[in-house]
Amino acid sequence: MKLINATIWLLAISATPALAATNAADQLISSYPADTPAADAGKGQALWNQKFPGKAPFGERSCQMCHNSNLKQPGEHIRTRKLIKPLAPSVNPQSLSDIKKISKWLKRNCKWTIGRECSAEEKTHLLSFIKQQ
Amino acid sequence: MNKSLIMTAATVLATVLIIPVVFSDDDRHAARQHSLGVAPVVLDAYKNECSSCHMAYPPGLLPASSWQKIMTGLDAHFSDNAELDSESYKIISDFLLSNSADNSDYRRSRKIMRSLNTGDAPLRISELPYIKREHHELPDKMIKFNPKVNSLANCIACHTDAEKGLFNEHQVNIPGYGRWDD
Repeated sequence: MKLINATIWLLAISATPALAATNAADQLISSYPADTPAADAGKGQALWNQKFPGKAPFGERSCQMCHNSNLKQPGEHIRTRKLIKPLAPSVNPQSLSDIKKISKWLKRNCKWTIGRECSAEEKTHLLSFIKQQ
Repeated sequence: MNKSLIMTAATVLATVLIIPVVFSDDDRHAARQHSLGVAPVVLDAYKNECSSCHMAYPPGLLPASSWQKIMTGLDAHFSDNAELDSESYKIISDFLLSNSADNSDYRRSRKIMRSLNTGDAPLRISELPYIKREHHELPDKMIKFNPKVNSLANCIACHTDAEKGLFNEHQVNIPGYGRWDD
């Protein structure tokens, strides 16, 4: 009976895209060092909108420049203008569903936007903000 | 003559008549693409890793020396960070180098190579003499100042089959301006 319950649970989870996103993000967060401060979506949102200095022609950089301040809307690559699918898992089930992809893009985009890799704390806050959208 | 014999004869005849037609159509299509285009992109890893921000440029658009330079500078890739994990890096490098313009006998790849001086390894496809020449008649309003195009680097905005390696003039459709004829 326990096994059946577990199976039903697993099926339900895998059939729900928003939960898949939550799972991948949570798994990643739990892989960070144990002394990483607890997730705070408010701090994640502040980081999302914060502007950082960068080299010309993009002297001012932020996440929302390419991804939109409303994560449920599509974004646009600042240089190539290629469409970027919305990051909000509620409208784009593929978002936050693959740990490898999340890590890759956090690394690339923190380096471009902030000029360095994000700390485990920053990533925890950002992920908790994005997964709520 | 019984029915089954007629059916068999009909089948044999149909096979003899139809198969060559099908094959020759395929051959003709392949030959046409070969003569007009560059080799189409065929690697999933390349598409997945390199076409999030821009189209997957067919490797036959640049010489191997250019791809090599691009791949060694991915941390500052046209002022963006496009670093890859070591596994993807190896697969994609091998793919780009072995299908580069100087390793391809597609018509446009050969033209691109002929337009370059020996040793030239431009980082931008839009800086290739052949590509510049082919686009020199186009006014800025159609490319640079066209919000749907933005840059010559955005091949696919007008060359709708660019990712298949096709850059035929008849397939050009400039957003806001339509077909282009010389």
